[in-house]
Amino acid sequence: MTDVSKWYDDFQVLKDISLTVEVGEKLVICGPSGSGKSTVVRLLAGLETHQEGRIHLQGGGMKTQRPGDIGMVFQSFNLFPHLTVLDNLTLGPVKALGLSRVDAEERARAYLERVRIPEQADKRPAQLSGGQQQRVAIARALCMEPKLMLFDEPTSALDPEMIAEVLEVMEDLAADGMTMICVTHEMGFARRVADRIAFMDAGEIVEIGAPEQVFQAPKSERFALFLDKILKH
Amino acid sequence: MKFRTIALIAALTTLTACSAAPGTWGWYVIDPSTDTGWTNIRFLIRGFTATIQISVLAAVASIGIGLLVALPAFAQNRWLRLPNRIYVEFIRAIPLLPMLFWVFYGLPVVTRSMGINISIDPFWGAVITLALSDSAFTAEIFRAGIQSVPRGQAEAAQTIGLSRAKAMRYVILPQAVRRILPPLANQFIYIVKMSAFASVIGMQELTRRANELVVTEYRPLEIYTLLILEYLVLVLIISAGVRWLERRMGADESR
Repeated sequence: MTDVSKWYDDFQVLKDISLTVEVGEKLVICGPSGSGKSTVVRLLAGLETHQEGRIHLQGGGMKTQRPGDIGMVFQSFNLFPHLTVLDNLTLGPVKALGLSRVDAEERARAYLERVRIPEQADKRPAQLSGGQQQRVAIARALCMEPKLMLFDEPTSALDPEMIAEVLEVMEDLAADGMTMICVTHEMGFARRVADRIAFMDAGEIVEIGAPEQVFQAPKSERFALFLDKILKH
Repeated sequence: MKFRTIALIAALTTLTACSAAPGTWGWYVIDPSTDTGWTNIRFLIRGFTATIQISVLAAVASIGIGLLVALPAFAQNRWLRLPNRIYVEFIRAIPLLPMLFWVFYGLPVVTRSMGINISIDPFWGAVITLALSDSAFTAEIFRAGIQSVPRGQAEAAQTIGLSRAKAMRYVILPQAVRRILPPLANQFIYIVKMSAFASVIGMQELTRRANELVVTEYRPLEIYTLLILEYLVLVLIISAGVRWLERRMGADESR
């Protein structure tokens, strides 16, 4: 994305954001609330519009975007409550990609296996724990075989004991070479997985760099303060 | 003070009229053990067919039109949303009886002036009027129901590649319908009761038959009491049906 700016009425949420993510790269975005980090991810997912700048996706040499090319995982899961877990997973492949029911189910079961809950296929989202729901949400996005996975604070709505199971699944995914952009405050996860960490504040990318570098010697005072706060608590 | 006096006189008159003086009760008109009574009951009860047919057709049409009217309310362009507002505000403002007269006596004139010769019989006049009149309310019910589904649902549908239409069809509407069912049932009951207006354009449904019998038998109290009970039976059946439907759908989503 190049020089992207966005306003809500008079309030500028994003100020000339430029960001390039290579195929296979894992980028973690952190920052205080209201810094615009979620907006960046939602823009990439096509859920918001921007007024200035350009966003393009060229991963794997493909120019035109296929539905579901960019997978998104929300803070509040957003599973479809009226459908079973399996139907949550097959809806996109069947209705948007035109897969047959049988193929879609096979694919769905494979991804449920990957997020380690194959036995929950026939339950409804409300019957699952938060951690399980979020893993289903990840599997739902994966079923579209995306080129890029976006995570918008995927563990913020979870109880502490469920955070680990979601992060594990995300680390597996990272190890498989998925391109990922993840908004999170899980600094341990960021340290283990991220190629780069971007710190955002007030609609700007204040600092961006490799985890070792930014954690040890944050260049900006704002980032240092922010790290100080979340690492201590 | 004055009002109270009038109310008292009215209450007393009613009471004496129906019970005090001997011979004012006339249940014989609808006494199933006598030949005429049984014939009268059969005459009244045959009105069920028309009332049910009119109500069901009008309700189905109203739901169809209501959904079509509600959907543009979700367009991003405000000019596309406009037809929804105009339709709802305009249709909602027309009282049922004038609309019935307009459709029955006026609509054929409109179509004839456009070169289409149709005659509207009382049956279809009633169906069209009830469907139109009710559809404005159904549209608002659909709009509220669709709006009550959290935004995240549409967003999630979008990120798995569903078009807006498909998201509506597979994600939003199935969830909205569950919330819509109780108010929709209300509207159906309303249609059943309002179908009584069809009697004034000559449709022989429940109310018209009761009126006709009153004219020949001069027993309004007994005949209209039975008429009210007839509607009560219909409405209770609908209520039971809706409750059954709600339970079935509720069980679907239960935890």
